[in-house]
Amino acid sequence: MTNVKTNSAYAKQSFWERNKQSGGYLLRKVIGERAVSIIRFILLFGMCFMIIQPILNKISVSFMTEQDLYNPVVISIPEHFTTANYRLAAELISFKEALFNSTLISLTIAALQIAMCTLVGYGFARFEFPLKKFWFACVILVILIPPQTIASSLHLHFRFFDVLGLSQLITGQTINLRGSKLPYYLMSAGCMGLKNGLYIYMIRQYFRNIPGDLEEAAYVDGCGTFKTFIRIMLPQAKPILTSCFLFAFVWQWTDGFYSRMFLGNTKLISTGLSRIVDSLGAYIQRINGVKTTISIAYSNCILATGTLMIIVPLIVLYLFAQRAFVESISSTGIKM
Amino acid sequence: MSKQKNKLAGLQKRKAISGYCFISPFILGFLLFMIKPLFESCYMSFCNVDLSAGKVTKTFSGITNYIFAFRVDPEYNRLLWEELSRMMVYSLAIIVFSFFVALVLNQKFKGRALVRAIFFLPVILSSGVIVGLESNNQLMANLAQSIEQTTEGVSITGALESILRTTGVGVRAFEQVFEVIDNIYDVALASGIQIIIFLSGLQTISSSMYEAADIEGCTKWESLWKITFPMISSLFLVNWIYTVVDFCMRSDNGVIEKIQKVMIEQQQYGNASAMSWIYFILVLAFVGITSFFISKRVYYYD
Repeated sequence: MTNVKTNSAYAKQSFWERNKQSGGYLLRKVIGERAVSIIRFILLFGMCFMIIQPILNKISVSFMTEQDLYNPVVISIPEHFTTANYRLAAELISFKEALFNSTLISLTIAALQIAMCTLVGYGFARFEFPLKKFWFACVILVILIPPQTIASSLHLHFRFFDVLGLSQLITGQTINLRGSKLPYYLMSAGCMGLKNGLYIYMIRQYFRNIPGDLEEAAYVDGCGTFKTFIRIMLPQAKPILTSCFLFAFVWQWTDGFYSRMFLGNTKLISTGLSRIVDSLGAYIQRINGVKTTISIAYSNCILATGTLMIIVPLIVLYLFAQRAFVESISSTGIKM
Repeated sequence: MSKQKNKLAGLQKRKAISGYCFISPFILGFLLFMIKPLFESCYMSFCNVDLSAGKVTKTFSGITNYIFAFRVDPEYNRLLWEELSRMMVYSLAIIVFSFFVALVLNQKFKGRALVRAIFFLPVILSSGVIVGLESNNQLMANLAQSIEQTTEGVSITGALESILRTTGVGVRAFEQVFEVIDNIYDVALASGIQIIIFLSGLQTISSSMYEAADIEGCTKWESLWKITFPMISSLFLVNWIYTVVDFCMRSDNGVIEKIQKVMIEQQQYGNASAMSWIYFILVLAFVGITSFFISKRVYYYD
């Protein structure tokens, strides 16, 4: 009772009186807090600006005409507002087709990869079996091995593809899978796609943190392992699955390495973008009929426009699914 | 013996079988698409690979490919050492930066959600092809230069830099630091995931520890080193490995570009494999040695 009384009496006192009572401690503390928050604001503002600025810059450049690029007065607000850059960039990377292809491939690949990685991650998290440590070490190895190391032989592997020599036996020839999409789907089904080791690792961590009682109850009630997995465990793992799916989607969307290696013939947004400057040169040559060198400024302007066009869908996705990206990773509690 | 067999017979055996069923996609994929190509590329690096008329002919040629990579190729040596030293400096910078940012973002302040969203934006923006395009964007470089010229002489960092240079102590070390600071944008772009991992670690530390330390008269600075640092030291290991691996796989990496050029444009599969094996072994050795030293200092709470 007395405590409440003194509290209310304390609240009635002015700041300086309270400060006097505490012997100057309160004032020092308040000043310290204010200073920390001001410094923090400046730092964070600067760093956020640093991250955002290139995007803003690209947006402003993408609306400029070529004339504005050379005008030293124009810095961020274009004098001659135009959307011609967007039309040109869209034509150069054949945007509609590439967008459709990219969306289709990224969605299916991401879904396949995450489905497989979930199975594997669950297997590692919940079952005891011989050689488990060895296989998990293999997962770590998959994370560590740069795909470039095996790129050259994968290249040949799919050029002369054969399952246990079966096709050679029947038709006398190996199958040339280069240029088709099948190899990449096969690799994704085998958890060997882009950063799949990482997904397995994250999903395993998540499943390990879910208490096992529910599962045991399901077993006791006569539910099989697979049914338990589908019915009981999957619904609980929704957050980590969404975030892994989003990562897989985004990384596949912007990936250049695997796309160039396996999907070279398909028009994709990422490969289109990495070639955009060359195709701009070819385009201008076709129009003018003579070989002309394009100025660096203009090709960069088109490049910026193209980059914007490929990241805008991602940013929209990010805005809606920001929580899924960030919070669920925090909830896995990754530990070695 | 028979007792052991019996023990494995019942539920455990069934569990083991279903466990293998669950991870079978991985095993299959690992054997088919990882082990086989890995050995093949290892073998190929010792071979002279000739791809003509739709057939691969591999003739064993000893270590000529390795000699070629080190002694004949004009760029490879330089690129390799450049990339490795860059990797060391930048990985360190990324770890320090992301730890610092995670500490700041873990505090409570207004607009925290917005700031967090902005800091994780690089996870999207610094992936795949976009990185490579960003780094050679000359227009932006020109813009930055013109801005620098107009504000010449008023920059604090410039003044600091010149003061530190004239002291003459550890100039080379300073140069590295300046380079990192000049490229802080790259560092920020590369540290999205690391910040998330550190943040997740920071949130698992119970606040009662800090309270206890505070009551005992511990300053914030002390509790940072005595509580925060040991508690998330295991995440330093995770982040370190992730950073190094991520760095050596980025598409704007000089060695990777070189390997791709040799493989796809010049069709020299043997040379390309030798180069990528040298790179891979060096990176793996680097990761192994450094994480051994880090793991010695890691403190496990439970």
